[in-house]
Amino acid sequence: MGLEEKLPSGFLLTNVAKMANMVRADSLWPATFGLACCAIEMMATGGGRYDLARFGMEVFRASPRQADLMIVAGRVSQKMAPVLRQIYDQMPEPKWVLAMGVCASSGGMFNNYAIVQGVDHIVPVDMYLPGCPPRPEMLMDAILKLHEKIRVADINGKTTPTTIDDSPYDKPIARGTRHALGDLEPVRGPGVRR
Amino acid sequence: MFGVTGTGDTSGFGGLVVRPAELGTAVRPYGSWFDAVADDLERAFPEFGEAIERVVVDRGELTLHVRPAYLVGLCRQLRDDPRLRFELCSSISGVDYPADPTGRRFHAVYHLTSLTYRRHLRLEVSAPADPPHVPSVVEVYPTANWLERETWDMVGIIFDGHPALTRILMPDDWPGHPQRKDYPLGGVTVEYKGAEVPPPDERRGYA
Repeated sequence: MGLEEKLPSGFLLTNVAKMANMVRADSLWPATFGLACCAIEMMATGGGRYDLARFGMEVFRASPRQADLMIVAGRVSQKMAPVLRQIYDQMPEPKWVLAMGVCASSGGMFNNYAIVQGVDHIVPVDMYLPGCPPRPEMLMDAILKLHEKIRVADINGKTTPTTIDDSPYDKPIARGTRHALGDLEPVRGPGVRR
Repeated sequence: MFGVTGTGDTSGFGGLVVRPAELGTAVRPYGSWFDAVADDLERAFPEFGEAIERVVVDRGELTLHVRPAYLVGLCRQLRDDPRLRFELCSSISGVDYPADPTGRRFHAVYHLTSLTYRRHLRLEVSAPADPPHVPSVVEVYPTANWLERETWDMVGIIFDGHPALTRILMPDDWPGHPQRKDYPLGGVTVEYKGAEVPPPDERRGYA
């Protein structure tokens, strides 16, 4: 852990990092945290038609001690939250979290007392995947994007967070465009940037 | 648009109008198999007259409003009598009537099913005070163990005689009873495309 930070990233160490990250990404073993409906789509993705096995991920490890990626598939209730954190803590480093579906990303349609509004209140998330539920192709797209993030990560496996300016997609409306008079006038349409 | 009356708010939070509860009781004959069940129950349970407060026959379903003291004995006869045989307690729920005219706000509703005769029966029990105390039917229907725990967790009715009345849906140290009418929804404001959308119970109407 100490040597990589002290030495400048020379030719030899960069290749070790690339090699290590390639191996990690190509053999990422998921720990299933299939909680609700998204678990069905995750199972479908692991099945024969939308095959996760071609990315080295067919073994969904039941034990978190043997897993790298925790796919939180489904809504997390207040009662389940400490269990989720315990499973995350039992995973050895390097580990990544994929919040599958809108319920894991932000609480989804369940904006109430019983559901945690986004699993990032409990564990650090590397990839958010919206959808209710996301199609298997969407889940595979998120997993492949996560693979790319892992390939350029540092040797400890920590991915760098992307800001909204790095995103190649259309930017959403900037914050703070509500008028001071409240909702008497409509908010300006899409495409407005501050 | 589309011929909507009122606010058109379908979230249920925009000022729901509640019909006041009617207090009348159905008169004989009740219709279909209800009379047979009432007669068999009267034969099996002699204190039928004091135990049953009201009989409601509505939409093809029979509901008996029972006084709490007679609940366990009545359930035992309903389960064991050969002509009644309501073996299965399908569901126990709690209902909150804030405007109950008799002042008994929390009702426990028991749904009993007879597999031999293919019928359903509903018992409704209400007790005064907050929290209300209702005797537990665990010794008659063992499945009521978790059902009564859920009713206590959500509405706050205490079942006397229950072996372990603890939280079952909410975390063990959760305060309050979420399905009471005065319990807030607990939603957060959501930011979407530059605007902030409040949770459904805090939104304004547009009528």
